[in-house]
Amino acid sequence: MSYKLNNDVRSALFEYLLRLGDDKLILGHRLSEWCGHAPILEEDIALTNIALDCVGQASAFLTLAAELENKGRSEDDLAYLRNEIQFKNLLLLEQLNKDFAYTIARQFFYSSFGIYFFQDLAKCKFEPLAGISSKTIKETSYHLRHCKEWMLRLGDGTEESHNKAQEAVNDLWRFTEELFFKNEIDELLIQENILIDSNPLKQKWRDYVEEILTQATLQIPQNENMQIGGRHGIHTEHLGHLLAEMQILARSYPNAKW
Amino acid sequence: MSEDKLLEQFEKRIEAGEIIEPKDWMPDRYRKQLIRMMSQHAHSEVVGMLPEGNWITRAPSLRRKMVLLAKVQDEAGHGLYIYSATETLGIDRAELIQQLLDGTAKYSSIFNYPTLSWADMGVIGWFVDGAAIVNQTMLAKCSYGPYARAMVRICKEENFHKKQGYEITATLANGTPEQHEMIQDAVNRWWWQSLMMFGPSDKDSPNSAELMRWKVKLKSNDELRQRFVDLTVPQAKAVNLTLPDPDLKLNEETGHYEYGKINWDEFWNVVKGNGPMNKERIRARIDAHENGRWVREAAIAYSEKNQKNN
Amino acid sequence: MAELSKEKSEWKVWEVFTQLKTGEPHIHAGNVHAPDAEMALQNARDVYSRRNEAVSLWVVPADQLVATSPSDSGPFFEPANDKIYRHPQFYKIPKGVRGF
Repeated sequence: MSYKLNNDVRSALFEYLLRLGDDKLILGHRLSEWCGHAPILEEDIALTNIALDCVGQASAFLTLAAELENKGRSEDDLAYLRNEIQFKNLLLLEQLNKDFAYTIARQFFYSSFGIYFFQDLAKCKFEPLAGISSKTIKETSYHLRHCKEWMLRLGDGTEESHNKAQEAVNDLWRFTEELFFKNEIDELLIQENILIDSNPLKQKWRDYVEEILTQATLQIPQNENMQIGGRHGIHTEHLGHLLAEMQILARSYPNAKW
Repeated sequence: MSEDKLLEQFEKRIEAGEIIEPKDWMPDRYRKQLIRMMSQHAHSEVVGMLPEGNWITRAPSLRRKMVLLAKVQDEAGHGLYIYSATETLGIDRAELIQQLLDGTAKYSSIFNYPTLSWADMGVIGWFVDGAAIVNQTMLAKCSYGPYARAMVRICKEENFHKKQGYEITATLANGTPEQHEMIQDAVNRWWWQSLMMFGPSDKDSPNSAELMRWKVKLKSNDELRQRFVDLTVPQAKAVNLTLPDPDLKLNEETGHYEYGKINWDEFWNVVKGNGPMNKERIRARIDAHENGRWVREAAIAYSEKNQKNN
Repeated sequence: MAELSKEKSEWKVWEVFTQLKTGEPHIHAGNVHAPDAEMALQNARDVYSRRNEAVSLWVVPADQLVATSPSDSGPFFEPANDKIYRHPQFYKIPKGVRGF
């Protein structure tokens, strides 16, 4: 499909969509690792539900990206044949499922950003992107409801759960600044009136997260040493292993259809 | 009313095709047999998440990833429906899980085999879910209400499981030579074990006669196995795959496929606990249960605190 | 019952009722385990309505459900034999009157 966009804008949009698609793919993949191993059967179903929504959204974003690129690549080519440096997901999302608290904290930080972010993005002037974002809102609000309730129960549950929750929050906090990362790609898309400038987003996120963490009797980390790099393809060591596992079949059998 | 009279009435109800509900009078053996059968079925669904779960992170396309995730999620759901139905007989899910983890309860031995290639995902959907459908379609008409209703719900969802398995199978069978070899190898490894899923011939099965009289079982193991074979042979032919049985041939008179001798020694050996993955499957379930204990406890502690505050 | 609950890690049973379409009654679907009402609702939706099979869900702690017993069904349900006038077949409607 040819969209009426100049090359710079097309290129920026493509990059932007990779970020969104990779975020959902990596997060969905991490969540899927719980299937068959969750603390209770109901949670096997709940986490898999979130994983499925994420992979579905990943597919939508990457399909649109491939169309925009218009070089004959499919969403599967993008997912299964790019290497680590070419992936643009947030560092937060590739962190390991060290335990249930890590998974919940990671989801909580991401979904409480997503609820505001996708509401904004649903107003973007590039209709196909607005459409996908619109569909994402309902799912994101369900994910947020789930992980927010768990943050409260882990933080304000037993001493053991409180300690594990605090450790997860402390450890993952350094990846939260990247949620609000912007560079010339964003600037260009804002300039072209495709994206709206979502500066108040960070404060909204911060206020909400503080409210819930406080209610959960958890401390908000004071450490401001933030880590970024995902949007540039500079990842943590975890991504390499994740992709090695995820991509093995596609890479071992080139040109095979599955 | 005397026990004998109650039993007589009960068996008349069964004969008349009536459905038994949780609070109806039932012989203690009926209750016990159902608990055994239903909990075994539920355990099988839950343990059954593991062989396919093994390939979720390596699913080779976004669509396959989603479909496999949805299928394994369904299996968790099926386990849950059946635990829920079993609880109507007056036993806790906690106690049932304890029986699984300490080895006193059984689950379908098919899940004690390893999934060695992506092709196994095709064959499991096609053979294992295919066999389960044959069994469950029968159980949807069984005499115990909650079990029958759970089966109806499960049958609706199960059809997609078999279809996706067969679709993977066909894709590989018609794919590259390496893919065809991969799926043929998987077929060779899972065929006989899938036939064993229906259990030994009823004359060797101690529980069958009673279960049939009480309409918990409506067809014999051999009947169900025959149905499965008759359905599956043409499906294999359609995608150019051979089933690893040189004695497999159509009996023109009966219209059924005759098949070779099943190695029941292997079956009993796996049931005893000596299959390739028995230890690993139970270990995985024990780990999930134990590692998740602090999570479950946290939720209870939170709810108690909040009740105090209300 | 099980001794295991002394560990305080086993969740309560909640019975789930689903309404498939607006206007229809809620039907018993099965149960879920959950520590409280909010999680019970979420779990019920994930287990019994993830394919959008319900527009509304009710969850009730299983120990709050009160039910009849089959042995009650005598006086509870059967009209006594001298009260057959409850059955519509015992009323004759004059010919020509519509709406019945």
